[in-house]
Amino acid sequence: MTEIPEHLLKRAQAARDKAATETGSPDSAGAPPADSRIPEALLNRSKAAKEGGGVAVAERVATGVVAVAPNGNAPIGTGPGGHTQRLLTVVKSGSIQDVKAVPVDKVHTWPHLLGPEFVSALACTAFLFVFSWFVNAPLLQAANFNQTPNPSKAPWYFLGLQELLTMFHPMIAGVTLPGVALVALILTPYMDRNPSNKPEDRKFLTSIFTVHLMFWAVLVIIGSFFRGPGFNFVFPWVEGIFFEL
Amino acid sequence: MALTLDERPKVTLKERTTKVNESLKASQAWNSIFRPGSIFRKGYTDSPRNRSYVIMNSVLYHLHPVKVKRHAVKVSYTLCLGGLSFFLFILLTVTGIFLMFFYRPTATNAWQDIQSLQTSVTFGLMVRNMHRWGAHLMVLSTFLHMSRVFYHGAYKAPREFNWVIGVILLTLTLLLSFTGYLLPWDQLALWAVAVGTNMMGYSPVIGSQVRFVLLGGVEIGAETLLRWYVLHVLLFPFITVIFLAVHFWRVRKDGGISGPL
Repeated sequence: MTEIPEHLLKRAQAARDKAATETGSPDSAGAPPADSRIPEALLNRSKAAKEGGGVAVAERVATGVVAVAPNGNAPIGTGPGGHTQRLLTVVKSGSIQDVKAVPVDKVHTWPHLLGPEFVSALACTAFLFVFSWFVNAPLLQAANFNQTPNPSKAPWYFLGLQELLTMFHPMIAGVTLPGVALVALILTPYMDRNPSNKPEDRKFLTSIFTVHLMFWAVLVIIGSFFRGPGFNFVFPWVEGIFFEL
Repeated sequence: MALTLDERPKVTLKERTTKVNESLKASQAWNSIFRPGSIFRKGYTDSPRNRSYVIMNSVLYHLHPVKVKRHAVKVSYTLCLGGLSFFLFILLTVTGIFLMFFYRPTATNAWQDIQSLQTSVTFGLMVRNMHRWGAHLMVLSTFLHMSRVFYHGAYKAPREFNWVIGVILLTLTLLLSFTGYLLPWDQLALWAVAVGTNMMGYSPVIGSQVRFVLLGGVEIGAETLLRWYVLHVLLFPFITVIFLAVHFWRVRKDGGISGPL
């Protein structure tokens, strides 16, 4: 049991005594207290209403009931049936605001999203840490402008492009094709007018995308592992791998 | 003696953990963390209200709403790829700042600095490895994220423009990786970049001009190293952060992640 401090008990007692003396005062008999914040005009009007002069029919009928209001049985303005409210009109929500939201099954971000995010970030760090522990980043001889390594290869993500260079004019392989690919990617959402995101409705587009993806992956793999000195085609199990990350 | 030992009630593991838990929560350290006004402004007990406050009362509110669709937290849907790309970006920033302490982007010093970073700086090799492998991983995860979004049809209305921002971010990721590739200033870096930038020269009209500006000359040289260093540590990360902010903001404004299928 918590102990209430002495001074709080005293203060509470004092407040109770004060309240007791106030309820005993003549003010509470029925007339509004002198310091009422209701404007004089409104008080007069309500008094007039109680006496039956110049009010709506419904309220006049209710005069009998209203008369008992000060006793606390029913509030002022009670209708003929004893109702305290009147229904003016019903406005359906759809006519004044566009209700689009359907109830969505939601969960708290904490812990249901932040938890998995934190764990996956931790797992990613752990993987990178362990991988970096065992595999060192390459550092070859210092840059030498007079000694071109054979083969010289671009970073792996550009090896698809470098592979294309063996097939087409540099203008096409290095500029046109990647440019077209980039623009096509950017325009994808504006060209694809199919509103469905269900895989069964998007067979055509997903197959197109997969074909391009595979085509690109094959180019990168050939460029990475199947190209040897002079960027000639080699089998990695015969000539070895000419590839650095 | 043996009898009294047997009569003693057996303490189960659950009771033991409860006891540890209680003593932990009664400890000074716990109370100094979870006391109202401390690290958690209002203390923390697990209630729906407090779960909301974790987001609402923290900087995380800039990234996540208080509640998300139930299907959106399924790891099997997103594979965390977008989040991991962002996390790798942060990791690369941290490791990159470490590397900057030991690296001078001049033709005479660059390679030597990397060499001594690996041999005579504590954790130097480790951090460089993490930076390099993390960069490759980020290219991969960004690319896989894009493929995931494509296969889910997540670029469709109202997310069209966020896809465009995503393509820009993928390009920026490639540029970040490519500019970083030159910095070790070894044979691999020099000639890989030489091959890459030669392609650039074939662009019509502005190709050779762009190449000249990027290389700081007609051929790769000391000027190129400084330029790519500034691009790598300052300009591209700056642009990337701006696009990331727009990307994340749009994810929320477009109604959270897409789906379910």
